[in-house]
Amino acid sequence: MKVPVTITVNGQVYQREVEPRMLLVHFLREVLGLTGTHVGCDTSQCGACVVLMDGKAVKSCTVFAVQADGAQITTIEGLARNGQLHPLQEGFWEMHGLQCGFCTPGMILAAYDLLQRNPNPTDEEIRHALEGNYCRCTGYHNIVRAVRYAAEKLRVQA
Amino acid sequence: MATRYFGVAMKRREDPRFITGRGTYVDDLTLPGLVYAAMVRSPHAHARIRAIHKEKALQHPGVIAVFTGKDMVDSGVKSLPCGWLLPGMKLPPHYPMAVDKVRHMGEIVAVVIAEDRYTAEDAAELVEVEYEPLPAVADGAKALQPGAPAVHDEAPDNVCFRWSIGDREKTDEAFRRAHRTVKVELVNQRLIPNAIEPRAAMAQYNPATDEYTLWVTSQNPHVHRLLMAAFVLGIPEHKLRVISPDVGGGFGSKIFLYPEETIVTWAARQVGRPVKWTARRRESFVSDAHGRDHITEAELAVDEKGKILGMRVKTIANLGAYLSTFAPAIPTYLYGTLLSGQYEIPTIYCEVTGVFTHTTPVDAYRGAGRPEATYVVERLMDLMARELGEDPAEFRRKNFIPPDKFPYQTPVALQYDSGNYEGALNKALEAIRYKELRRQQEELRKQGRYIGIGFSCYIEACGIAPSQVVGSLGAQAGLWESALVRVHPTGKVTVYTGSHTHGQGHETAFAQIVADELGIPIEDVEIVHGDTGSVPFGMGTYGSRSAPVGGSAIVLSLQKIKEKARKIAAYLLEAAEEDVVFEDGKFYVKGVPDRFKTFQEVALQAYLAHNYPPGLEPGLEASSFYDPKNFTFPFGTHICVVEVDPETGKVKILRYVAVDDAGRIINPLIAEGQVHGGIAQGIGQALLEGAIYDENAQLLSASLLDYALPRADDLPPFEIDHTVTPCPHNPLGVKGIGETGTIAATAAAVNAVMDALAPFGIRHIDMPLTPEKIWRAIQAARAA
Ligand code: FES
Ligand code: FES
Repeated sequence: MKVPVTITVNGQVYQREVEPRMLLVHFLREVLGLTGTHVGCDTSQCGACVVLMDGKAVKSCTVFAVQADGAQITTIEGLARNGQLHPLQEGFWEMHGLQCGFCTPGMILAAYDLLQRNPNPTDEEIRHALEGNYCRCTGYHNIVRAVRYAAEKLRVQA
Repeated sequence: MATRYFGVAMKRREDPRFITGRGTYVDDLTLPGLVYAAMVRSPHAHARIRAIHKEKALQHPGVIAVFTGKDMVDSGVKSLPCGWLLPGMKLPPHYPMAVDKVRHMGEIVAVVIAEDRYTAEDAAELVEVEYEPLPAVADGAKALQPGAPAVHDEAPDNVCFRWSIGDREKTDEAFRRAHRTVKVELVNQRLIPNAIEPRAAMAQYNPATDEYTLWVTSQNPHVHRLLMAAFVLGIPEHKLRVISPDVGGGFGSKIFLYPEETIVTWAARQVGRPVKWTARRRESFVSDAHGRDHITEAELAVDEKGKILGMRVKTIANLGAYLSTFAPAIPTYLYGTLLSGQYEIPTIYCEVTGVFTHTTPVDAYRGAGRPEATYVVERLMDLMARELGEDPAEFRRKNFIPPDKFPYQTPVALQYDSGNYEGALNKALEAIRYKELRRQQEELRKQGRYIGIGFSCYIEACGIAPSQVVGSLGAQAGLWESALVRVHPTGKVTVYTGSHTHGQGHETAFAQIVADELGIPIEDVEIVHGDTGSVPFGMGTYGSRSAPVGGSAIVLSLQKIKEKARKIAAYLLEAAEEDVVFEDGKFYVKGVPDRFKTFQEVALQAYLAHNYPPGLEPGLEASSFYDPKNFTFPFGTHICVVEVDPETGKVKILRYVAVDDAGRIINPLIAEGQVHGGIAQGIGQALLEGAIYDENAQLLSASLLDYALPRADDLPPFEIDHTVTPCPHNPLGVKGIGETGTIAATAAAVNAVMDALAPFGIRHIDMPLTPEKIWRAIQAARAA
């Protein structure tokens, strides 16, 4: 039994029929082919799957596609505007905030959520906010610097 | 030639695809007609398989096939091979799926192939396996006790091998003469690698051409191809193409040939459709090769002056239920040989017993043997300093191998190439402001606050080599690296490297080398890796070998390119070859820099071959296989400063200083990133991580809920610096930096906590140093 959903992803409206148990992350990856959102665990711990749902960070492995019916989703593919990298993307690049890149999309979107709530976070606040996102490669040092870079840039832009 | 890229902290060229979600990992791939595999895994650690009933699963809508171990073996599939053999070692078969018995929790007993992921997983639960549970043992020491359940009939006492290195008599004699000795029993606990990208494999078989293609999360696709084709599935090697695209971290765990990719490749032919499997994290926990798991008794002896006389080490290494691809090498040649550390130790004797248990196989995990060795050495150094009442830094300094003694022959087989250990120590002491810190520590102790300072002066052997030597030690493979450099007619360059990047930034660092050597813009250089269809046979990336071995192979090919290009240029310039100079991308006649041919002009002529040296072959490409003369030996000093809360047992890292020497650095940004990540994993072992098996060999820490990976707020910012002692025997002078952090950090963090707890008289606590363990130790000390 499939149910119809209408989900807006990165500004584009998609109408699809999905199994009620289909996870949002599989909807994005396998139905829409947006593979920038990753799956790193099965217990909602790693944060590789973080996307923005109506502007807020969610773990898309913990949301059913049907729960996103009517919602606006932003994935990593939709973050750059008109070929212009978002300051967070730029920050991760500039500060070497990624190595294998697998955690990166989730990390960037979790940081996006933080900077919306707190445009001028301390290093400790950054570390605390990213507690739900594992990175096995970077030791987080440069991720913190990347987020700080973006925060500064966004404040200048604002 | 003027260096324009080497040594520059360039941003990585691979990043744009990762920060925009355009990376291509195995699970991102799909094919027409793709079907999915779900593994049926044993819930028991040890059981006889009485029967497997497929019917219910087969009736489930969407299920295409169910296969068992017997199906595979009946069709001729062989055991997964072991790539490192020790004399007299037991080598029981390891089939991709269990045939008669399961020997660890999570071992595969059947595979379900279905139209989609969800259906495959549903149907996997419908496969009925009749087990007869048998007694099991998870602990290495318990497995050696008489009457312990045997993992394999071939090894009734569970001993896989007994191995030793060094001079026993001489060492015993040193201990008899000793002024003072210390002894410690320590456990280097089992770790679970947890690369954030789970392992995955997708395979396709084309019956028209009899060709297979396998996309797999691999650090060494050629090794995967060779082992799978020649040893397990009997596929002609040239009919199997292995592609390892973007890989989300490895840390050793993606080196090995695993059952799953073998099953998927075999099944793709059986069902006539491409098959994909991606590990759920709970599968990663039971099926990725684990790391470490040593139980060790170690002793150190010194004379009246506090100079070391000898070291004695006895280790039980838990290998798990089967021998993973390189398992026997890790607790032997990558461990026993490192026990000299940075110190002049006249004699060392080390004995290792490799043991089978009913647990997931153990193999290389970041550092692989060297962190275990460093932990032994650096714990002993601290304990001895404390025993003698000496400052731990000064005790180390006194025993360092002095800079004028290189190359230095250790009593455990290695010959260190170069080093300046005091230089790194001094720099680290300065960075941490050691004297002042000790004063503060003293004052704070009076206020009931417990600060600890921990050292780790480590040595690493990386870029494991040369092939002849490792061959004589049991390696079933050479350990060189390949590189093919292809110059296109327009002067653009594609490099095919046998190394594989899964986070290390080769696409940038290798391009920096190429652009400099050829004097061309870095934009003109493309680095290709991870595809047996285009890259010459390569050994892959592990053991911090990519820069020293893979990078050197590229340099060799570039030298050949330049030689040939010079011939062409000389012809075009109507000059003698010896008179032609190559600088900044231009060939000119010595003393006449205005008369020149650019690299691009020469490249074009190499392909046009119109105006061309007679007798010279057209084209401009070269390939090389670089076999290093020796290991390289990075070293350094790490200092960790912690505060322990005696009421809760919680450890807070206040500072972490790392001074590493990895020879010349190609890209400081990337090198520092490697150190950061390494330190995080080392601290993870010291304070957080550890696999826990219960009495029945059930893995209790089998999910990210139960296994503590370091999070952002568990770690401090790192203060990184380096010294530069170039490697004397490779063309780049580089040493390798991928594992230094992990090798160093575990001992530094543990030593720091033990230093903090010194006022309580606490001497040693086994890792991970969780608040509970520390709190209990303090309570016990207070009660005593
Ligand atoms: S996949 Fe790990 S939290 Fe969603
Ligand atoms: S960059 Fe590899 S997990 Fe974060």
